[in-house]
Amino acid sequence: MLGLILRRLGAAWITVVVVAVVVFVGVEVMPGDACTAMLGRDAARIEVLENCRDRMGLNRPPVERFNAWAGDLAQGDLGVSMKRERPIVDIVGPRLRNTLILAFAAALAGVPLAIGLGVMVALRRERPFDIIVSTTALVAMTMPEFVVAALLILIFAIWLGWSSGVVTAAYDAPALTLLFATPLPAVTLALVYMAHILRMVRSSVIDTAGADYILMARMKGVPERQIVRRHLLPNAILPTIPVIGLTLAWLLSGVVIVESAFNYPGLGRLAVNAVADRDLPLVQATALIFGLIYVSMTLIADLLAMALNPRLRTRRL
Amino acid sequence: MSGAPILRAVLSQPSGAIGITLVVGHVMLAVLSPLVLPHDPIAQSADLMLQMPSLSHPFGTDRLGRDILSRVMLGGREAMLIATLATLVAMVWGTVVGIFLALIGGRTDTYVMRIVDALSSIPGILIVMIFVAALGVGATALIPILGCSYGLSVVYIARAAALDFVARDFVLAAQARGEARATILIREILPNVRDTLAVQGAMQWSWLMLGITSLSFLGLGVAPPTPDWGLMIADARGVMPTAPWAVLWPMAMLSTLIVGVNLATDSFAKALGVDRQMGVRAA
Amino acid sequence: MTLLDVQELTISQVGSDAAIVRAATLALEPGETLGIAGESGCGKSTLLLALMGVVKPGLAVTGGHVHLMGQHLGSIAPEAMRRLRGQSIAWVPQSAAMALTPTMRVGAQLAEAMSVHDTIPPGDITARTTALFAQVRLPEPNQIGARYPHELSGGQMQRVVIAMALACAPKLLLLDEPTTGLDVTTQAEILDLLGELRRDTGMAMVCVSHDIGVLARLTARVAVMYAGRIVEDRPTAALLTRPAHPYARALLASVPQIENPGMPPSIPGSPPAPGMSTPGCAFAPRCSRAHAACDLVPALSPLPLGGRVACHSPENGIFAPVVMPTPLVAQEAGVPVVTVRDLVVQYRRASLFARLSRRSRPDSVVAGVSLTLLKGEILGLVGESGSGKSTIVRAIAGLWPRSAGTITLDGANLPARATERDRAALRRVQVVFQNPDASLNPRHTVREILAQPLRLYFNASPAEVEDHARSLTAAVRLDPDHLDRRPAQLSGGERQRVALARAFAAEPDVILCDEVTSALDVSVQASVLALIRDLCQSRGTSCLFVAHDIAVVAALCDRVAVIYLGQIVEIGRTTDVFLRPQHPYTEALLSAIPEPDPMKTMQPVLINGEMPSMTDPPAGCRFSTRCRHVRDVCRTSTPALALRSAEHFTACHFEGITGI
Repeated sequence: MLGLILRRLGAAWITVVVVAVVVFVGVEVMPGDACTAMLGRDAARIEVLENCRDRMGLNRPPVERFNAWAGDLAQGDLGVSMKRERPIVDIVGPRLRNTLILAFAAALAGVPLAIGLGVMVALRRERPFDIIVSTTALVAMTMPEFVVAALLILIFAIWLGWSSGVVTAAYDAPALTLLFATPLPAVTLALVYMAHILRMVRSSVIDTAGADYILMARMKGVPERQIVRRHLLPNAILPTIPVIGLTLAWLLSGVVIVESAFNYPGLGRLAVNAVADRDLPLVQATALIFGLIYVSMTLIADLLAMALNPRLRTRRL
Repeated sequence: MSGAPILRAVLSQPSGAIGITLVVGHVMLAVLSPLVLPHDPIAQSADLMLQMPSLSHPFGTDRLGRDILSRVMLGGREAMLIATLATLVAMVWGTVVGIFLALIGGRTDTYVMRIVDALSSIPGILIVMIFVAALGVGATALIPILGCSYGLSVVYIARAAALDFVARDFVLAAQARGEARATILIREILPNVRDTLAVQGAMQWSWLMLGITSLSFLGLGVAPPTPDWGLMIADARGVMPTAPWAVLWPMAMLSTLIVGVNLATDSFAKALGVDRQMGVRAA
Repeated sequence: MTLLDVQELTISQVGSDAAIVRAATLALEPGETLGIAGESGCGKSTLLLALMGVVKPGLAVTGGHVHLMGQHLGSIAPEAMRRLRGQSIAWVPQSAAMALTPTMRVGAQLAEAMSVHDTIPPGDITARTTALFAQVRLPEPNQIGARYPHELSGGQMQRVVIAMALACAPKLLLLDEPTTGLDVTTQAEILDLLGELRRDTGMAMVCVSHDIGVLARLTARVAVMYAGRIVEDRPTAALLTRPAHPYARALLASVPQIENPGMPPSIPGSPPAPGMSTPGCAFAPRCSRAHAACDLVPALSPLPLGGRVACHSPENGIFAPVVMPTPLVAQEAGVPVVTVRDLVVQYRRASLFARLSRRSRPDSVVAGVSLTLLKGEILGLVGESGSGKSTIVRAIAGLWPRSAGTITLDGANLPARATERDRAALRRVQVVFQNPDASLNPRHTVREILAQPLRLYFNASPAEVEDHARSLTAAVRLDPDHLDRRPAQLSGGERQRVALARAFAAEPDVILCDEVTSALDVSVQASVLALIRDLCQSRGTSCLFVAHDIAVVAALCDRVAVIYLGQIVEIGRTTDVFLRPQHPYTEALLSAIPEPDPMKTMQPVLINGEMPSMTDPPAGCRFSTRCRHVRDVCRTSTPALALRSAEHFTACHFEGITGI
């Protein structure tokens, strides 16, 4: 068991390294560099360009730059934003916190609800409840986040006036303020992945219901309720956990759009702004952080699945 | 399995019929709309700003006075074109790499999949944004970028589907005969994964549509003044309180197309006996 | 009161009149045992499920009824039915591995069988759990309950499932192919256990199996089913010695017998697909005694000496099947075509991690095997699952790399991997696999399947391909119109013939058959075996035939090698090895096989314990841990294959220890 965990951690670590390399190389291979991107037209003036390059250390060979960058990373130094001329860590820190608040709000409310609905729907398959909920899920799943965002703002902010719609809190506002700003963005974020989880859980429960051991439990005379509780659900839900983890991980991509749509001061909005500003070091750093978050989430999901699945815990005698 | 019976099976189900109708409707609209535009979609007019729907402008006008109906009719064209081409790119390279890895197995498979894992852990939209940040490119360059990025999830699916067959004895038998690897790939495995991949291709297309319109929404996709549903929604965000129609029509168009594709795909998957994967959306 | 009373039970597919079970009638008194025999698709499993009141989705009872202890199962309330299940009537499933919930400990699952009923007071459940585990002879009965199903072996899981069935002391036990998938030796132990339990508890049993030998060991009465109907229902001994129904007789005749080595006759034609209805007697098209009256469905009528049969002209002679003796192949002075010397194959290359830990040696699936395949002969390789026999086939075919040893073809060395061999060498060695579902590409037509080797080895043009494909299909006794079909449209036996045709298309010198008949019904098996024999003899091809079924090997092969835990323990002429086994393992294997011979059903099983794992083989002679003749020297030194009599080699320290 320990071996399995270590191996999984090792794989995660390798993935992190590869992500760092990929991010670095990705930016590297493109024509131009941070300076040409940043300076735009000014880059035509050689002295300004050279000056910039010297300052940013872009004249060193790539491998050396990567090692320096990686070394800095290991010490928690993400470099300096070109546009804002501040250490990136300071910029990213509070916004990362905000994004995590949003993501947690979305996940905490959404996941249990989605699993619960998925189970209920599966146990009543093909009946009215199932058809309505499944179709709603299908529709929700197919709408892009920005459409949902616009709709929600339209309904709740403009027509009903319950919320302010676009977020007005600043990025360094206290956590609680931010939390109260999350309902609409969180719902937008949650809607899509909830639909995915619901369909997946439904599918898994229906599949498991046909298993031989469910028939066997019936043959023993176990009442239906107990079969569902002790035999069906654990085996149906277990395999979905890593996939739920994965699904949550692409909350991240949704975050970029949702934060932009609601103007929420998080990492996603920062990334979009960085791109608009052509601030390559900042773009690089945010990409890296997103990658790290993704890797950690999949790691946790895998470890959770390992902990819950007896088959992975023990080996054959 | 040949085409006609499957189509019939799909159309016999209500979801399938609705889906196909929606898709066909949209495709026809995209193809034929330039011929039937009521107004010039780019023509701005200061007096006609934010008009409510009327006889001359059935969908109203936007904040620059442009006719929304015309813009909405054209709004899917660019995105659909990019989506189609990018899907082709993604499917081709994803399939080849995926099946090859399944066939070859061993260390190569492990290492390459590690890299694919790592690439997948950066949200696709970010990857695209990085490219846009560095190169400042427009819509046409999006095709290879999106194709490469979305192809990653195809690699997983193709590899998983192929792995299912690689272990089977008929592949083993082919190897025992001494058939070349490429022959095995094309002759033995491909025909068996064809259905799964077809369904996957349809899903990729819908994801790409979502991705492209999202990028347009962020200002990183289709460039104005070409009409695009995502752009239109972004544009009209500010004036939503006073002119909700400017947002609702493009929304409705996009939603009906995506819902249609998904219903049709679901139906096809059932008819073909393909287990529709809850695949990873790349962005 | 009659325990079980089934009258004219008919179960059909919903929405059509395709009946899976037709007008089944049988009765069971308390304490009686009944076996239901038949091949796949005859409806026996569906019938068994119906006795529990269970019908698979898509099926429905459309006629007749089932009375259990006087209660009509069709009209019982669901809650009452639930209480019956487990308490009065219990189920032993076919695959224990799939029937145990993976996330629950086995002790909890056994306790659940009791806690959902009122028969056992809650306070006694734990004690009874341990007692039940002991009763089914599981090791460490007070601790094994804490294990999860995947931590147990196949045989252990089967015992757990039997314990679950016994938990509430039911009056009737239903068993669905209870020993399928188990090793022969484990199977014999389970059958023993079941017999003992029945004697101790006096419960009634209904057991379904495709293997009449298993039923012969277990039940006092056997009913034979064909195409959904019960065609014969007799006391076991009577059925085995004087089968009345032509199908029963033909079925018994097609089972290979070891004492009668030779090719058993097969039944021409094939059984109707499940649900297909035929006018009159379903067996008539294949019956040698069919006549005009057979256009009417025969009813089950009593026989003068007891039992019932559904036939218009039942047989009444003593059963004496005629087998075609295996002709002694005129070997060309024993010219070897394939020689295997000291072959060692390892399961997995040890990872760095494993190498650093205790396990310093990787698992050797094949641990030093030497054998010679002579020109024109059929050599059998017999062993239980996990013995390494399939791995040997793969090593010879180049599909699995060998770690040591040499394999030569006509004296020239065969490279370890298929990718390293030249086309001529590849052509001369062809493989036929076990599972016909998996060995043929479901997307290709038969013509395409046969075309591949023709194109690859002979660069055949389309016209030549067509020519050859036709003659090949004729050679394997298939209609030429099969050429356009896909595997899904063929039966199991037909698919295997296509696989054989594909192998012979290459005109090989050697054919490697890996369990090719294991997935086929007995009656189909016989015809495929005969086909292999004919093809090999007419083309002078040698064949290495791997199987776990000794009787099949006895029917087909000239010589046979017995393999245990990766090593050959005995090799020689088939008649010598099976009629006068010299190695204790061979002796034990032969004793463990359930044969449909009433005389043999009472023999004890001559083997103890379970097969040790490959990762930690016993020191010295690998069979020493289970051998009943074991001595001290066996545990320290490994015996080599030594010549005992004409061409008969044995790897045992003691000559003649089996006393046969």
